[in-house]
Amino acid sequence: MVGQRLLFGAITLLAVSIIIASSVELLPGDVATAILGQAATPETVAALRKQLGLDLPFYQRYGEWLWNFLQGDMGISLTNERPVAPQVGERFANTLLLAALAAAVAVPLSLALGILAAIYRGGWFDKLISSSTLIAISTPEFLVGYIVIAIFAVELGWFPPLATLRHDISFLERIYVMLLPCITLALVVMAHMMRLTRAAIINLLASPYIEMARLKGVGTARLIVYHALPNALSPIITVIVLNLAYLIVGVVVVEVVFVYPGLGQLLVDSVSARNLPVVQASCLIFAGTYVSLNLLADIFSALANPRLRHPR
Amino acid sequence: MFNTSKQSLQQLSDLVVRGKLSRRDFMTRAVALGVSTLAAEHMLTTSALAQTPKVGGLLRVGAPSASTDDTLDPATLDDSFDILSCYGMLRNNLVDIDERSTPVPGLAESWEASSDVATWTFKLRRGVEFHNGKTLTVDDVIDSLNYHRGEESASSAKNLVDQIEEIRADGKDTIVFKLKDGNADFPVVLSSYQLLIFPEGTRGAEFDKGIGTGPYSLQYWEPGVRMEGKRNPNYYREGKPHFDEVHVIGINDVVSRTAALQTGQVDIMSRCDVKTVHLLERNPNVQVFQVTGTKHYTAPMHVDTAPFDDVHVRKAIKYGVDRQAILDTILLGYGVLGNDQPIAPTMRFHNPDIPQTQYDPDRARHHLKQAGLSSLDVNLAAADAAFAGAVDTAVLFQEHASKAGINITVDRVSEDGYWNDIWLVRPWCMCFWAGRPTEDLMFSSAYEAGADWNDTRWANPRFNDLLVAARKELDENKRREMYYEMQQLCHDDGGAVIFTFAADVQAASADLHKPDQVASNWEFDGHKVAERWWWS
Repeated sequence: MVGQRLLFGAITLLAVSIIIASSVELLPGDVATAILGQAATPETVAALRKQLGLDLPFYQRYGEWLWNFLQGDMGISLTNERPVAPQVGERFANTLLLAALAAAVAVPLSLALGILAAIYRGGWFDKLISSSTLIAISTPEFLVGYIVIAIFAVELGWFPPLATLRHDISFLERIYVMLLPCITLALVVMAHMMRLTRAAIINLLASPYIEMARLKGVGTARLIVYHALPNALSPIITVIVLNLAYLIVGVVVVEVVFVYPGLGQLLVDSVSARNLPVVQASCLIFAGTYVSLNLLADIFSALANPRLRHPR
Repeated sequence: MFNTSKQSLQQLSDLVVRGKLSRRDFMTRAVALGVSTLAAEHMLTTSALAQTPKVGGLLRVGAPSASTDDTLDPATLDDSFDILSCYGMLRNNLVDIDERSTPVPGLAESWEASSDVATWTFKLRRGVEFHNGKTLTVDDVIDSLNYHRGEESASSAKNLVDQIEEIRADGKDTIVFKLKDGNADFPVVLSSYQLLIFPEGTRGAEFDKGIGTGPYSLQYWEPGVRMEGKRNPNYYREGKPHFDEVHVIGINDVVSRTAALQTGQVDIMSRCDVKTVHLLERNPNVQVFQVTGTKHYTAPMHVDTAPFDDVHVRKAIKYGVDRQAILDTILLGYGVLGNDQPIAPTMRFHNPDIPQTQYDPDRARHHLKQAGLSSLDVNLAAADAAFAGAVDTAVLFQEHASKAGINITVDRVSEDGYWNDIWLVRPWCMCFWAGRPTEDLMFSSAYEAGADWNDTRWANPRFNDLLVAARKELDENKRREMYYEMQQLCHDDGGAVIFTFAADVQAASADLHKPDQVASNWEFDGHKVAERWWWS
């Protein structure tokens, strides 16, 4: 099953690369006009196009890119003439670190809150948790970011408002400057996971085997952790993985607000500059992340569910 | 309240130090403002100290318009983040522009022109060293300027250097420029931010090493994120720069930039949000300052395309726009009114005698009638790529002009590719000009017949004759007369509705010493903040 899924994944990536290349081609303007902007003249645009090889036909440029990519060469950025791989690699590492940190805060917290809300469903605790996470998810991310900055950076002065990273910064300092974007992201993704956990557990709590266990005299904690949770894991894993994927590919707004040098920012810059090699590399990483996380979700779901592990 | 009085007191005490206010007067006014004599005395002492540059410290600049596509290649510098790094810190020009927009010696220590101002001879400063220890030679200068010239050039400064016929060395420290035609302002051309001097042969990715002769040498460069420079101990200018280190941090979001300044993460920022800048002004640790320079917003009409080919239609539109309302609502008052000519009030030959065009629907209607029309239907293309608020401005145009029988349809277009697909292409659109340091550069960039960026396709014979004549004229009064007339021609006959000059609203830490005169040619004190400012 895994082998087949990997093959489909590769085909998906190929299709994505064609779609990206042709959509960048369809956008008005190209990298030459983007670099020169208002200062462009027909001659300088033509000269720059020639320097960058943009005067070649589309299929030829794509073919060349694909050939090099398959050999592991991601090419050279059209705008700053730096190799794409280290640029994208460094940004991706930053993105992963932020996503991991946000997930480390958000996942345990939302699971715990979801379970607690399920236990005390209908009570004030449940209502408080549900409404506050709903508010957090319905607020646009940049606004959550601004509010977090206004409270923790400007008013209280506990954390810096910028998560811009210096090269010689120590790991602890790095975590410290990243805390505000991390809190913002956690607030944004928690609602989804927490509500699904709550719903899955409440569903199960109504089933006869739970009733049986309760009649047997099993305590609430044991009931939830040993009896209900294993059966609720499959949907919870799916939603967690979906949110992880979001934390990696969908956080460009938060990156801009906190000036965090992640991959999303690089992608946005590159699209507006029509810098195709960088756009391709970033998009393929994003697409690859989605594909592999989905695969991972399925594997974990199967592991958590004996019926899927041993199909009749 | 306390703040305003403290600020004005500070200004007063600065005046005393500069000898423009007597000590006794200062004390009287200080006491009137409710300050004890002791505190006032202290203020005077700190002011006196602040006038002597203090060496040391770290300056952190929060720069907008940073992009991962930025480079340190002088040919493709495009906005504050890379211009400040490259032109403001790492490299130098042959000629500098000072804070009063006057050309002063840079890497060239002197220059002279032939009588027809078509041959210019520059003497190179001796003993200047690049950051890598190499000594500056005429070959470096010639290669640096030739980089922008020729068929292959993709430089944004190609237009500027096209007037050069030949550059040659004459001995070890003399460079001779032969121009295609006389140009009395040629030294100013050499001060353009693209025309930086680098070691001969630097090309491509080599530029990112940032080798130059500038006041700071490059320590770290990550496009769109951060640039760090360390004081160049061999800088050719005696006693400069003042900071030990300068960091340029790219912060594109204005709210984040402001928060960074408020919390002391950066020390100076530009492009404040004019909607909230009054809140920032309340912060005692922050000084807000605005400079109105050459930046202007225009709406160019193609004068060779109906209906704009009739001067009365152009006049009707010029009178049909409420400039004051645009200045008040779009710029919240941070700017000055434009008068359909591009020479800013801060420039040397600005003509102050042309009556300001005011919003006058009746007069607009009158001009329509003169054009033989009872009403007019036109399209106006706009996108915020032209300037922030361009679409709203177009809607205001529509609103104001409708009272004069001019029906404007606002065509909201894509921001991407705006400068390529809309500007210069559509008969009427919104446009932005950063302006140029001289009258000649401004006019020959955008108003001379046949110029690449002549966005109105205007070709006024009298104007063009004057432009060529003024370029070669060395007599200041004759030149002034000519530029005055050219501004009048632009105002009366030209195709551009030039409705406002926009101010740069900037903010800095209150502990930074801000010079009395802040340059108006670019933000960040003409991008020279790293060289001209210090910690007080």
